Amino acid sequence: MGHFRPPSLSLRFIPVWRRNFLVWHKLAIPSILGNLADPMVYMLGLGYGIGTLLPEVGGVPYIAFLAAGAVCFSTMNSATFETLYSAFSRMQVQRTWEAILNAPVSLDDLLLGELVWAASKACLSGAAILAVAALLGLVHSPLALWALPLIFLAGLAFAALGLVMTALAPSFDFFMYYFTLFVTPMTLLSGVFFPVEQLPAAFQALSSLLPLSHAVKLTRPLFFGEVPAQAWLHVAVLAGYAFAAFWLALGLARRRLLR
Amino acid sequence: METLSVAGLRKAYDGVPVLQGLTFELRPGECYGLLGPNGAGKTTTLRCALGLTAPDAGEVRLSGLPVPSRAREARMRVGIVPQMDNLDPDFTAAENLLVYGRYFGLAERAVRARIPHLLDFAGLAGRAEAKISALSGGMKRRLTLARALVNDPDLLILDEPTTGLDPQARHLIWERLKQLLQQGKTVLLTTHFMDEAERLCHRLAIMDNGRFIAQGSPRELIAAHIEPEVVEVYGEPGEMSAAAWAQAEAAQFATRVEVAGETAFCYLTESRPLLRHLASQRGLRYLHRPANLEDVFLKLTGRDLRD
Repeated sequence: MGHFRPPSLSLRFIPVWRRNFLVWHKLAIPSILGNLADPMVYMLGLGYGIGTLLPEVGGVPYIAFLAAGAVCFSTMNSATFETLYSAFSRMQVQRTWEAILNAPVSLDDLLLGELVWAASKACLSGAAILAVAALLGLVHSPLALWALPLIFLAGLAFAALGLVMTALAPSFDFFMYYFTLFVTPMTLLSGVFFPVEQLPAAFQALSSLLPLSHAVKLTRPLFFGEVPAQAWLHVAVLAGYAFAAFWLALGLARRRLLR
Repeated sequence: METLSVAGLRKAYDGVPVLQGLTFELRPGECYGLLGPNGAGKTTTLRCALGLTAPDAGEVRLSGLPVPSRAREARMRVGIVPQMDNLDPDFTAAENLLVYGRYFGLAERAVRARIPHLLDFAGLAGRAEAKISALSGGMKRRLTLARALVNDPDLLILDEPTTGLDPQARHLIWERLKQLLQQGKTVLLTTHFMDEAERLCHRLAIMDNGRFIAQGSPRELIAAHIEPEVVEVYGEPGEMSAAAWAQAEAAQFATRVEVAGETAFCYLTESRPLLRHLASQRGLRYLHRPANLEDVFLKLTGRDLRD
């Protein structure tokens, strides 16, 4: 069996999660503010700025349309930064992973701990935007609370994709490609800032392949008290991304670290 | 208690052999040393022993379990001091120990209760709340040693434990390792400091190019491989060259002579005739000493640089 054998997971991922939680806990306030700032600027700046110029978008005021997109955008950003920059630093710069692997924790457990941690942090970032949106009166139904488990799932998908990049990255510079070639185009194609239906058919087809697009399609209806259409399909796509990318990341990490 | 046994270990990277059939077994309570120049395969041997990489061939048993298949369980009874410090810079000294204890599934209360004792052992009492960046190199090494003891291991593995430390810090580490050996722990260490190996190791293996080229106690190795006494002869600048002297005179006094740059190393069993001769030579200085492990090491692995 090579490096790409199936994951062999155990509860030993929990101490890894707790290690990251303890670090985060020490810097919680600046960390939450940092995570909030970017999506808040987009939501409020674009929402009120451009929103005043626009008639309703998708039948609602633009800022209400944008709120669910901002939640997903925040989730994606948080999971991505955690698994790219923070995890790479733990792997390469601080050698934290090396220390953990000397204990009775396998690389599979370690990577699962990083994955679940990044998804947890992403979920918190999304929840923070959700809370702000609710305070601004942009959330119209308690059904929106369903967004929380769903953005956790989306967090797992984005975190797993991020771990693939980290397992491949020779240095921090490498992550620029991921942002410019994948994250930014995905953000523009996934219905975060405007309805996907505005796009040419080819781009709409491309959009339907992107995980962020499925996260948005799941979340936005909930804000207006609607059950998302084809919810299980979107859930399955996100779960598929999470599982396949995690397996790939694990294989790449084994090849890199267990040689 | 079986700690570690290795049989027929082989490993190659990209077709280049790094380990070429290593076999050894640790006896309970001993300190076993792996000595070798850079690139000899010491660290790769440790990685195979811990199940962090799979050998191409050979068998490893750690804590009585086959490795790498059951490496995770096997590491429960092992403590590791890595070559490069990898303490968690986000945590205090005490938090480093607490978080590391969790990786072993140890009860939080049990680890917390051990922390003062561990810090005390490492000479870091009163530094529980210190940030890692505020610790000196020697303190970091000692904290890493304390971290390796958090699970009260049977086997302690140290990869070049005193590289980069000042003499005081090295001696303190050595004292602690001797204490641990007295407590009955088994120790496996790699080093390229011969004085360290001679002081600590009951048995050792000299490695080169992924092979053991000699095994035994430090005394046995010295007795088996080298003449008991050494006279190092240096030429005074502008007066006489040690190399020229060695070529003309050394053979009549010494069993074996090695010239390295401006020094002639004379290996011999009876040093008095040579010392009398040297006393009458103007322009030469010399140092007379018993042969040590470094002489064995250099004889077996050569004086060429390994980069």
